[in-house]
Amino acid sequence: MPLFERLYNFAHWLTQDREEAEDLVQETYAKALKGFSSFQPGTNFRAWIYQILRNTFLTSRTGLKSTATVPLDLGGDDETVPAANDTPESILLQRSDQQLVQEALGRLPVPYREVLLLCEFEEMSYQEISTTLAVPVGTVMSRLSRARRALRDTVQELRGNKGT
Amino acid sequence: MACELWTENLDAYFDGELPADEARAFNEHLRQCATCAAEGLRRVQQKRAVQAVGQRFTPNPAFRASIQKSIAAPRQSPWGWRWLPVFLSATAATLLIASAFLLNLQHDRRSEQQLLSELVDQHVATLASANPVDVVSSDRHTVKPWFQGKIPFTFNVPELQDSPFVLVGGRVAYVSQSPGAELIFRVRQHQMSVFIFQERGLREARENEAVRTALSFQVRTWRHNGLRYFVIGDASAQDLDKLSELIKAAG
Repeated sequence: MPLFERLYNFAHWLTQDREEAEDLVQETYAKALKGFSSFQPGTNFRAWIYQILRNTFLTSRTGLKSTATVPLDLGGDDETVPAANDTPESILLQRSDQQLVQEALGRLPVPYREVLLLCEFEEMSYQEISTTLAVPVGTVMSRLSRARRALRDTVQELRGNKGT
Repeated sequence: MACELWTENLDAYFDGELPADEARAFNEHLRQCATCAAEGLRRVQQKRAVQAVGQRFTPNPAFRASIQKSIAAPRQSPWGWRWLPVFLSATAATLLIASAFLLNLQHDRRSEQQLLSELVDQHVATLASANPVDVVSSDRHTVKPWFQGKIPFTFNVPELQDSPFVLVGGRVAYVSQSPGAELIFRVRQHQMSVFIFQERGLREARENEAVRTALSFQVRTWRHNGLRYFVIGDASAQDLDKLSELIKAAG
């Protein structure tokens, strides 16, 4: 998939709104064109343009709201919940509930949603994510770990709601 | 619990971020530890699920078109102003090169004119001299060897049988401190000088084969085999051309 479509997809995931996503992508391209001289050849172009998109989003109204209401890296260093109840059956069930995962991902706070998308969907390395989010690699790892746990919890919560 | 150490690295392992040796050790552990293997499987499943649902939104074709247009659109004014200094300096550079070229050309012309004047002067001095030649002979087999050891090159004297030209003799001439040969020919009542110099000694005279007049004398000049030839005289243009052809034919 070309970068433009990936950028749009990412923008839509962040804003959760088509019109806002379009504005965000448009502004990203305008900024990228204007500031292309600041791009250092040989460095990661993808991380550079995602960084522009993300910074643009964070300074937008929706972006400001999303970060104002959700403290970054919330949740402390809880122990990973043992996966004792995971069985082949439950895994099969998980495979079938992509709908739940999609909904849960949309519900996650922006910092978790974006780090998950960058890692799982964009398949960026920790280093690339670190560049894009402008945080140390260690922070990327801890945020990713919390985001995954939060996603799992949310999926379970949604499943529980649906089950009852 | 020993597995705690491993579970800390589960994410890094499945994200492909563990160094090769640690990844190998981890792999080994996963084969033996059911708990870690199950947890790993769960994480891989979640990873794949996010991967699958990640591609959810596609841009409108109209929106794509408008972005493409905005990228491709030429940004006239900032572009123009940005390149103005480049344009100006390029123009200045072009003018500089052009004027340097013209100056050089003028300099070349001037030095060529100087050289011709010098040669005409020598020709006139030869005509005026009581002893116009140092080697008096109409025999080309006498004149050519006479120059041996006097000039740093050799040349062929043309065969003049069946031609109106007569070889009067020869002498050593100097231009820009370089020695050369001056051959004097006669056609009817006119005398002509043929100067032969090494091209190296006449570096400044860059004109190619040319026909011109200097101080109303006819001049023919050309280059051949690293030598520069000048035919100077007050005979007719046709006579000069004929003599030039004979000398060129002699090589």
